[in-house]
Amino acid sequence: MTAVATNTGAPVRAKRVLPGFTLSLGTTLLYMTFIVLIPVIALILKGAEIGPARFWAIVSSPRAVAAFQITLTAAVIATVFNALYGLLMAWVLVRYEFPGKRVLDALMDVPFALPTAVAGLSLTALFSANGWFGPVLAALGVEVVYTIWGIALAMAFTSVPFVVRTVQPVLEDMDPALEQAAVTLGARPWTIFTRVVFPAILPAWLAGCTTAFARSLGEFGAIVFIAGNLPFRTEIAALLAYIRLEEFDYNGAAAIALVLLAFALVLLLISNLLQFWASRYREAGR
Amino acid sequence: MSTPAPPYGPSRRGERILIGLAVGLTVLFIAAPLAFIFVRAFSQGWQVYAANILHPATLHAIWLTTITAIIVVPLNVAFGIAAAWAVAKHRFPGRGILVTMIEIPFSISPIIAGICYLLLYGRQGLLGPWLQANDLQVMFALPGIVLVTMFVTAPFVAREVLPLMQAQGTEQEQAAVTLGANGWQVFRRVTLPNIKWALLYGAVLCTARAVGEFGGVSVVSGNIRGQTNTLPLHVELLFNDLNAVGAFAAASTLTLIAIVALVVKALLEGRKAA
Repeated sequence: MTAVATNTGAPVRAKRVLPGFTLSLGTTLLYMTFIVLIPVIALILKGAEIGPARFWAIVSSPRAVAAFQITLTAAVIATVFNALYGLLMAWVLVRYEFPGKRVLDALMDVPFALPTAVAGLSLTALFSANGWFGPVLAALGVEVVYTIWGIALAMAFTSVPFVVRTVQPVLEDMDPALEQAAVTLGARPWTIFTRVVFPAILPAWLAGCTTAFARSLGEFGAIVFIAGNLPFRTEIAALLAYIRLEEFDYNGAAAIALVLLAFALVLLLISNLLQFWASRYREAGR
Repeated sequence: MSTPAPPYGPSRRGERILIGLAVGLTVLFIAAPLAFIFVRAFSQGWQVYAANILHPATLHAIWLTTITAIIVVPLNVAFGIAAAWAVAKHRFPGRGILVTMIEIPFSISPIIAGICYLLLYGRQGLLGPWLQANDLQVMFALPGIVLVTMFVTAPFVAREVLPLMQAQGTEQEQAAVTLGANGWQVFRRVTLPNIKWALLYGAVLCTARAVGEFGGVSVVSGNIRGQTNTLPLHVELLFNDLNAVGAFAAASTLTLIAIVALVVKALLEGRKAA
């Protein structure tokens, strides 16, 4: 009977009408806590247990430094390729009509749907001496399998959809009036692309490239097949962490994993900021 | 108005060059690796292919991977619905942070996820002594494989359902509540019909990912031959055994699942938005 009075003085706030809030939020938090949060905390605690001096010693050991360098270099190569190839794909898929376009669009999802180990297996065989591409490239003096190019290739394959699928919707949403205005003002096609289209898709493109780069740094399944995994030559950071585990050197594994985790979280932050910028751009462009 | 052809652009020739470049690169870079799997898998004929698939070790790997997916996918669907319902239909402080948190497993390398689980449940891990005292085996056994797969696939359903629920707002549900429906009725009769295609799509993607998980499972499974070898791990094992045709045969089953997922995706694409 007293509940009737609540609506009078209190500030007007949408009351919760829909049921199930406690149940759904409770389930979500429980799942996140047990599946994601506690395991990640276990890693961070392990890192704290190692102590700064030993942590630094592990991370700055020559083999670890080489692994980080190889991982970063290959990820940069892969991301540069994907930045260009992904942009081309997004542009062609949005702007042109041609037979087979739907198949081409569907193929862009293959790297996400295909298990990374399968991708790695196929790329390795394809680029090795008895594959389809290996002999052709060998004739040109290019070695892919068991080199850093192979690592970059595996990284590029597994991360290309990030660029395509981030740029595509922005390009689709662009107001044609902007470009028409530029045409009216006498701009040439290339000028319109660089001055009108490119600035509009830039935030989304950068966000896609950042995500692709982050994915490349953490990729494992596709790379272990093609890399040959030689320390100091073709050993990536994720694999070094894995090897440390197999040697029961849990400190070594945890330290390297923490560095990769820090990279991933920083890149996630950058990508989120870019996406935020992109969404503001899209609203302004409407 | 569907996207009209812009009134400018590179000449017809320029357009053809760009399309040709896009098609050529995609054929070499994506279609060729896909086709190559089947070419190699069948390179010694149907009988060898069948023998490779029906090999007991391969069958066991298929079985283990299937069991993992059967456990993980429904849990993930339940989590995805709960998360989307909480975030999209209610306002509360920390919503934005929760959405970012749900996405985090996407950014973390599966290898790191595996290491996290090993440090928690492994013999030297935080819970290791307690698990051993109670004779519970999590690592190098099915529970570990399931848990790490749950980590890796956590965002899959939520991220498909959440934007859709958000876009649909709460008006229909509020009307149903006003008309006297209880929570379960509101969900089943109002919300679920609106999100069913997105839900199915998310579940398909989650299945494909769960079945194909490699790095994380590789850390926690211990690679015990014939016991904790999932299908992707079995592919690696055969490859290392220099049984390339066998590896490709096992890989072809995973590729078929991926292709089915893509076809379902293409079929659902139109309906999801409707």
